[in-house]
Amino acid sequence: MTTVARLQFERDATVKTADLRHRAVIQKNINTYDIAVAKGRARFADWQNARSDAAAIKCETINHLDRYLEQFEQNVLANGGHIFWAETAEDARGHVLELARRHGVHKVVKSKSMTTEEIHLNEALEAEGIHPIETDLGEYICQIRGERPYHIVTPVMHLTKADIAQTFQEKLGAPPTDSAEELTMIARAKLRREFMTADMGITGGNFAIADTGMIALTENEGNARLSFSLPRVHVAIVGIEKLIPRLEDLALFWPLLSASGTGQAITAYSSLIGGPRHEREVDGPQEFHVILLDNGRTRLLADIEQRDALHCIRCGACLNACPVYKNIGGHAYGTTYQGPIGSVITPHLRDAQKWSHLSYASSLCGACTNVCPVRIDLHHHLLHNRRNAVHSGFDGPIQRLLFRVWLWTMQSPVRYAIAAKLGNFALRRGMAGPLLKPWTARREFPTPPKHSFKEYWRERGRRA
Amino acid sequence: MRVALFIPCFIDQLFPNVGIAMVTVLRRLQVEVDYPPEQTCCGQPAFNTGYWDDARALAKRYCEIFADADAIVSPSGSCTAMVRNFYPELLGKATKATTHTYEFAEFLVKKLGVTDVGAKFPQRVTYHDSCHALRELRIKDEPRQLLRRVRGLELIEMDQAETCCGFGGTFSVKFPMISYAMDEVKVSSIQKTGAEYVVSTDSSCLMQIDGYLRRQNLPIKTISLAEVLAST
Repeated sequence: MTTVARLQFERDATVKTADLRHRAVIQKNINTYDIAVAKGRARFADWQNARSDAAAIKCETINHLDRYLEQFEQNVLANGGHIFWAETAEDARGHVLELARRHGVHKVVKSKSMTTEEIHLNEALEAEGIHPIETDLGEYICQIRGERPYHIVTPVMHLTKADIAQTFQEKLGAPPTDSAEELTMIARAKLRREFMTADMGITGGNFAIADTGMIALTENEGNARLSFSLPRVHVAIVGIEKLIPRLEDLALFWPLLSASGTGQAITAYSSLIGGPRHEREVDGPQEFHVILLDNGRTRLLADIEQRDALHCIRCGACLNACPVYKNIGGHAYGTTYQGPIGSVITPHLRDAQKWSHLSYASSLCGACTNVCPVRIDLHHHLLHNRRNAVHSGFDGPIQRLLFRVWLWTMQSPVRYAIAAKLGNFALRRGMAGPLLKPWTARREFPTPPKHSFKEYWRERGRRA
Repeated sequence: MRVALFIPCFIDQLFPNVGIAMVTVLRRLQVEVDYPPEQTCCGQPAFNTGYWDDARALAKRYCEIFADADAIVSPSGSCTAMVRNFYPELLGKATKATTHTYEFAEFLVKKLGVTDVGAKFPQRVTYHDSCHALRELRIKDEPRQLLRRVRGLELIEMDQAETCCGFGGTFSVKFPMISYAMDEVKVSSIQKTGAEYVVSTDSSCLMQIDGYLRRQNLPIKTISLAEVLAST
C-alpha cells in the first residue's frame, strides 16, 4: 500500500543512500562500535550461553507478564512510590501533565528515554508552557538542533565532532573548538544550572525489577542520576516489557546491555531507584512515580508468534548490525524505534497498514538476529509481518493477481517452460525494460542463455 | 550414492552452467545424479513477499516431487534454506524431502566427506558468504575448505565477507536505492582484496554483484563455487 509514510521513507532512503559523506560517518562510528563490542562480548565466558540465559529469563517474564507487573506494582507502592497504568500515549502524557500541574512544575530535566520519544512528551510539555530539558549529551544536541534521535542508544551517531561544534556555535553562541572535552564542558555548564532549578525529573527505565519494585537505570554521564535525585518529583516512564523478575537478574542483564550497547563491561553509572526519599535520607525526590506504558505492547503480547519481540532491552545492536540501517541511517525510518527491531514492532505498536513497508525494506540477511542479546527472531518476524500485511490487504489487487498468475505458472512444468521462453525472449530483445528498470538503472541484468538446464538435461545431461 | 538435483528456477533459466558444473563434479565423485523434470520454483519469491498460501502450494509440490529421494542437492543456499528451514513452518511439519535437501558445498563436505574434488583454478579469488547459506544454514567453513583444495587457487578473505550484497530477491527492485548502496559497499570490500574473482555458493548474490561490476566496468569477475570446482 502506498502511504505518506512509505513515500517519505523511499524519498529519505534515496537521499540518504546517495549521501556518501553521511554513509562514511555512520560506517566510521559503527566500526568503532564493532571493535568495542567485540571486546565486550569477549569478556563473557560464553557469550552464546549468556544470550540463551537472557532469552529464557525474558521469555518467562513476558509469558507471565501479568503476574510480574502486579508484583512490581505492589513493591513500588510498598516502597512509598506511585504507579500509573497508561494504556495509551495520551494517557501517559495526560498523567505527566496532571502531576506537573499538581506540583507547579515549570521546568523538567529529562534523562535519555525512548518511551518519552514514543509518546511525544516534550511537545506535550511545551504546549503547557513547561520547559523540558534533555540532559543526555546526545539528546541535548538533538534537542537544540530540533531533531529526533537518530539511534535508540546513540542519538547523534550521524554527527561528527565538527558538526556538534558548529551546532553549539549556532545555537548556544559557543566559541569554535575542535576539542570534545571543551564541547562537553559547554553542555555541562548549561545543564548544571538546569538541574539545580528543575521541579521535576523524568527518566525512562532500562529494567523494572518485580521482586523489589525498583527501576534500574544505565547511563554514562551521571545526568540520569541528577535528573531523578535533585528535583522534587521523579517520574519514570517505562514500557511494560522492561520487567525482569529478580534483582539478581541484573547480574546478567546489566553487562549484557552494556556489552551490546556500547561494548562496556558496565556503564559508568548504574542506578537502582527504590522509591522516594525516606525519613533520615539526605537526598532523593519527595515523590516517585512510575508510569507503566502499554501503548500497543499488549497487542504484541497477544501475538504468540512474535511475542518475543517484547524481550528487547533496547541495546541497539540490531541497528548497528543492519546493512540497511548503515546505508539509510536512523531518520529515514520515520519511527521512534529504528532499524530491525523498529521495523518488527512498529506495525504492531502503531498502524500496521501505515508501517508495514518497513518490513519489506530488508534483504532478510539475518545479521540482526545473529547479534540480538536476547535472541529475538528479528528477520523471521519481518517475514511474519509481511504475511500479516498480505492477509490484511496491504499488497493491493494488482500484486495479488500477479502472484496468482505466477503460482498457476509454477504449478506446471509446461506452463513454466512457456513462460520462461516468453520472458527470455523479451529479455533478449530488451522488451522487459520498464519492468526491470529499478534494477537496470544502475546495474546490468544478465542475458539469458540459449538453453535452460532443463533442456540441457533432456538433450544431453541425462545420458552423459 | 544416488542424489536428486534441485535446480532452482533462476539457475535453470539464467545460470544453467552452474547446474551443469554441479553435475560434472558429482559425477566426477562417482555420484549418480537424477533430475526430476517436473520441478519449477521453490516458492521463495511468494513466501518472502507474504504470499504464504501460494508458497505452501509449491512447498507441497516440491515434497511430492522429491518424496523418494535419499538426498536432494542444490547449488543455492537460499533455495535450500527455503526448503529446509521455511517449508516446515509453512507445512506445519518437516518431511523427508525437507530434511534431506542440502546445499552443494555442505553436501560435498558434510555428507560425502570430500574437500578435494580434483579441481584446478589458478586465480586469486575472494569468497562472498551468502546470507542464507551463512545464517540460515550455518555454512561458513565448507566452501572455504573446498576452495583451499583447488589447485592453484589463492583465497583472499575480504573484510566484509559476511555483509549482505543487497540482493534480497524482490527487495532489489522494491528498494533499488538501498540495494544498490549495499552492492556498492560489498564491491568496495571485494576490490580491496585485489582478487580477480568473487566466488559464492549463491548465484543470486553473484548476479547482484556482477550487475554492479559490469556497469562500472570493473575487471573483477563472478563465478559460482560449483563452476570453480568443475574447472580442471
